[in-house]
Amino acid sequence: MEQLNLIWQGLPSLLSGTVTTVILTLYFLSLGFVLGIILALGRVYGSRIINILLIQPFERFFRAVPALVLLFLFYFGSSFFNINMSPFVAAILAMGLRSAAYQSQIFRGAIQSIGEGQMKAARSLGMNTLQSIRHVILPQALRLSIPPWANEYAVVLKDSSLAYAVGVTELLRQGRYIVARTFGNALLIYTFCALIYFVLVFVGNQCLKLLEEKYRIPGYEIKTTKHQSVLERI
Amino acid sequence: MPDVILKAENVYKRYGKLEVLKGISFQVNRGDTTVIIGPSGTGKSTLLTCINQLTPPDKGRIWLEDTEITNPKTDINLIRSSIGMVFQHFNLFTHLTVLDNVRIGLSVVKKIPKNEATEISMEKLNEVGLADKVSSYPAELSGGQQQRVSIARALAMNPKLILFDEPTSALDPELIGEVLNVMTKLAEMGMTMVVVSHEMGFARAVANDIIFMENGFIVEEGKPDKMFNDSENPRTREFLHKITELYGGKEK
Repeated sequence: MEQLNLIWQGLPSLLSGTVTTVILTLYFLSLGFVLGIILALGRVYGSRIINILLIQPFERFFRAVPALVLLFLFYFGSSFFNINMSPFVAAILAMGLRSAAYQSQIFRGAIQSIGEGQMKAARSLGMNTLQSIRHVILPQALRLSIPPWANEYAVVLKDSSLAYAVGVTELLRQGRYIVARTFGNALLIYTFCALIYFVLVFVGNQCLKLLEEKYRIPGYEIKTTKHQSVLERI
Repeated sequence: MPDVILKAENVYKRYGKLEVLKGISFQVNRGDTTVIIGPSGTGKSTLLTCINQLTPPDKGRIWLEDTEITNPKTDINLIRSSIGMVFQHFNLFTHLTVLDNVRIGLSVVKKIPKNEATEISMEKLNEVGLADKVSSYPAELSGGQQQRVSIARALAMNPKLILFDEPTSALDPELIGEVLNVMTKLAEMGMTMVVVSHEMGFARAVANDIIFMENGFIVEEGKPDKMFNDSENPRTREFLHKITELYGGKEK
């Protein structure tokens, strides 16, 4: 009873932390999505020079350096360059760019798995490259990207808890405050935080599954719904 | 005076060390059907894609009417929108319905308003006998139906000529007829067609002109009658004999 009461009292701050976590995640994923698609298109259709000098080093760096190190680099590094960056903005840059590097791999794989006949057919109708990408390649590639993207969603959402380390008051930090105020309730509070993360990942993945089903091409064999759901693999 | 719609002059194409086209010249008259035959790997398909520049030739010039396609200043997208192409593996857009497959060129390339584009598309789908399949997706159709949709897709653009790259080679034997029937109908309606095919029956019955290619050269060219019954070149005779035995040369 006492414990329920504790959670009840902590609920407003935990919920505000949850909102911050969701907002952070949306920023990470959006930045990653837009930049990820641009990078992927650059990988597939761009010139060799741009790939070697720009795209590949970017992807390598952001995939090779640990998320926590990236956060530190952006947050503490920014002041070194005399840029005043809030923890929130530093987190968005670090984690958003990191997600872009991963998402670009997802989109690149999807784009490359679409037969070149599709591009040929589009071009032979008189579409330019951009029109072909927009109307023929991307609509198909994005459909194929949904299952691996659901994975990325889960990873990014959970990794948003790392923003704690540079001082963003997201869900985990709110939980930590409560634990610090009321001694000895670590297990209870952190379990509750875990539950919230679980629900966010679960709901998000269910939504993505619906999206996948909605955009499934009739008769076309890309059924992933019958396979193990992404959630079970986390 | 023949009305030349397509003219190729001395076209060369090489992939690395392999020279696929070694100086191809030919021309096609408006309203004619030209069938290109020859052993596989002799550059027939490459020649077709050279015409609409999906594979730009290394050397040589190609004209569509008075426009030189091979001139770098030519707006190639505009040219492509007036040259239809039908592929061996159909290459229908998998994520679009039959109607949208036919309509997409009209709306994206020609910027035609939707209802007008729909009207044109329906008319073309009617012509290939698939008006009842408008809301199906390509993966729900048979190969023959898919190929007919892709012919409708090409027709919708109101092309000056249509290139067919082995349009029936990927089809089950019982589905070949429906596609050839549509093509025969097009020929009768006066559509200009350049067809790479092994369908000798079709070539014999429909072609105005047959081109026999081998090893990147045009070996012989002529009317079907001459090519089948009185060809000058022993290689042509040998090939036609072999292919007729394989595919049957009876008129359809």
